[in-house]
Amino acid sequence: MRKTLDLTKAAVPLATFALGLWVAASGLLDQIAAYWEDIVYLTEQHMVLVAASGGAAILVGIPVGIWLSRPSMERYAEYVMQVFNIGTTIPTLAVIALSMTLLGIGFAPAFFGLFVASLLPIVRNTYAGLLAVPAHLKEAATGMGMRPLVILWRVELPNALYVVFSGVRTALAINVGTTPLAFLIGGGGLGELIFTGIDLMDTGMLLAGAVPVAMLAVTVDFLTGQSQLRLVPKGVNPLR
Amino acid sequence: MIRLDKLTKIFETPNGPVVAADKVSMEVPKGEICILLGPSGCGKTTALKMINRLIPLTSGRILIDGQDTAKLNDVELRRNIGYVIQQIGLFPNMTIEENICVVPKLLGWDMKKARKRAAELLDLVALDPNHFLRRYPKELSGGQQQRVGVIRALAADPPVMLMDEPFGAIDPINREVIQDEFLKMQSELKKTIMFVSHDIDEAVKMGDKIAIFRAGKIEQYDSPDNVLAHPANRFVADFVGADRTLKRLRLISAGEVADAAAPVIGAHGKASEAAAMMREHGAAVAVVTDADHHPVGYVRIEEAEGSGAAAGEIAHPLPATVAAGADLRAVVSEMFAHDTMWLACVDETGRFAGTVTQPAVTRALGETYRQAQAA
Ligand SMILES: Nc1ncnc2c1ncn2[C@@H]1O[C@H](COP(=O)(O)OP(=O)(O)O)[C@@H](O)[C@H]1O
Ligand SMILES: [Mg+2]
Repeated sequence: MRKTLDLTKAAVPLATFALGLWVAASGLLDQIAAYWEDIVYLTEQHMVLVAASGGAAILVGIPVGIWLSRPSMERYAEYVMQVFNIGTTIPTLAVIALSMTLLGIGFAPAFFGLFVASLLPIVRNTYAGLLAVPAHLKEAATGMGMRPLVILWRVELPNALYVVFSGVRTALAINVGTTPLAFLIGGGGLGELIFTGIDLMDTGMLLAGAVPVAMLAVTVDFLTGQSQLRLVPKGVNPLR
Repeated sequence: MIRLDKLTKIFETPNGPVVAADKVSMEVPKGEICILLGPSGCGKTTALKMINRLIPLTSGRILIDGQDTAKLNDVELRRNIGYVIQQIGLFPNMTIEENICVVPKLLGWDMKKARKRAAELLDLVALDPNHFLRRYPKELSGGQQQRVGVIRALAADPPVMLMDEPFGAIDPINREVIQDEFLKMQSELKKTIMFVSHDIDEAVKMGDKIAIFRAGKIEQYDSPDNVLAHPANRFVADFVGADRTLKRLRLISAGEVADAAAPVIGAHGKASEAAAMMREHGAAVAVVTDADHHPVGYVRIEEAEGSGAAAGEIAHPLPATVAAGADLRAVVSEMFAHDTMWLACVDETGRFAGTVTQPAVTRALGETYRQAQAA
């Protein structure tokens, strides 16, 4: 898992660079530039989709993960997680398609499909990260007179944060990678240039969509990686 | 003072009820260390955790300084009890300073005062505050973490401490060092301490009293010396071991059995004078000291008798000396190592403090049996 992430991390900039050389050489640059207005408009649409669905997934996923990890949920949590795990095996394209059958076309089903696809890794990692906090730490905290919410906030979450962040990172990678599909159900975004470019066999148009998507993926992964490095406390951060 | 009154815990398990504590009654006087000792699974941890209510009790009462703790709420109770566990339980996400300040912060102390306290406590266990306050637990060795675990429990100066095998996870050499450090601290702090251990040697060393548990019941609650010398029953005798008399050697110091009136003579004194002293005292040797009263050798009665020389001239070198504070185990070990029946004992400044002889050691160990017989 780690390895493949590293590979994609290395491969994406390299491929982008090679592509850039080829594009410049073949005069494609002008063809791409012809779509500049579309690129700006669709990139914005694309980013709104990513930010909204990804943000919502974080805002919902982390509390759900916390809730499932509470002792009172112990009996049900594993079942819920099993349902979630089965959910992850459904291809994201299918999730998007199912979302359309429920909500029709437009922003709403695209948002919802992406939200669901990103939700799972966040919930799973939050839950697993919190469960992995050693019992003796919670015991020490309780024995010292911390109340449950204080233990959650000052002991459990900081110690699970690295794993939670990994979940967010995976979720956003899935999200950014899936967002071009939103176009297929009328959600807009850079998928419009890519898929239309494929249909028309217009390489310039295709690249006008693909290059910003690739750049966005790299940027988002870089940003989440940086916040993981900086926001997770030093004592529990294997990166530091 | 901690008093347990018919403390009982019954765990309801799928395989039926398990009685982990069975009407445990005992009292730990203020300022003393009581060791809960026994084989694994005998209910030591359960008894301890009922005191700070990590495990709710089934029946019975717990009184701290005469007050029934049932009247206090959990959080209030726990913040006034220091708690140390075997796994140490330092929070890895917090610095050493933050770890130590946890309870003071919960109690609403001024942060400045809490930080000052953290630095003082680190000093107390010989960890340089400048170096350690900003570190994270993972940057410390096991022994250092254990020390921090103990001082963290002491941070808010609770009168009562609960310690569950606190030194169980460290190597034997470090453990001895930390035990000694802790005893030194305790001699000043005078906390009332419940201390769980499964190690008889640790119990003998650390305890003012030892409570020996079996299957949730106290088999004997007594001073270490009495537990070793007069085990209440077969179980206790087996648990403390066949070498229990040897273990008692650790409870007595060389100074306690040293004969301060043993013959001693300055190096310039006459050998014949030493001989007279030995005859009078019924001793075979006399210790020769220098001008500072440090032992430098010894003379034998047969050589000193009728000799016109100075004691220093016919003296033999001493095989070894022992410090007055050393325990009899160290004394006997030195005696065996040097194949001798006696050793010169010195005080902290190295001055002669008497001689320790093998018969005196034997007599000291046998004392308690003679008393028991007389009674
Ligand atoms: N939460 C629990 N549920 C059921 N049985 C328990 C529980 N905790 C401890 N016990 C049982 O109580 C007994 C005493 O355990 P414990 O106090 O941990 O022993 P010790 O600390 O002396 O090794 C053991 O038989 C153990 O299996
Ligand atoms: Mg135990």
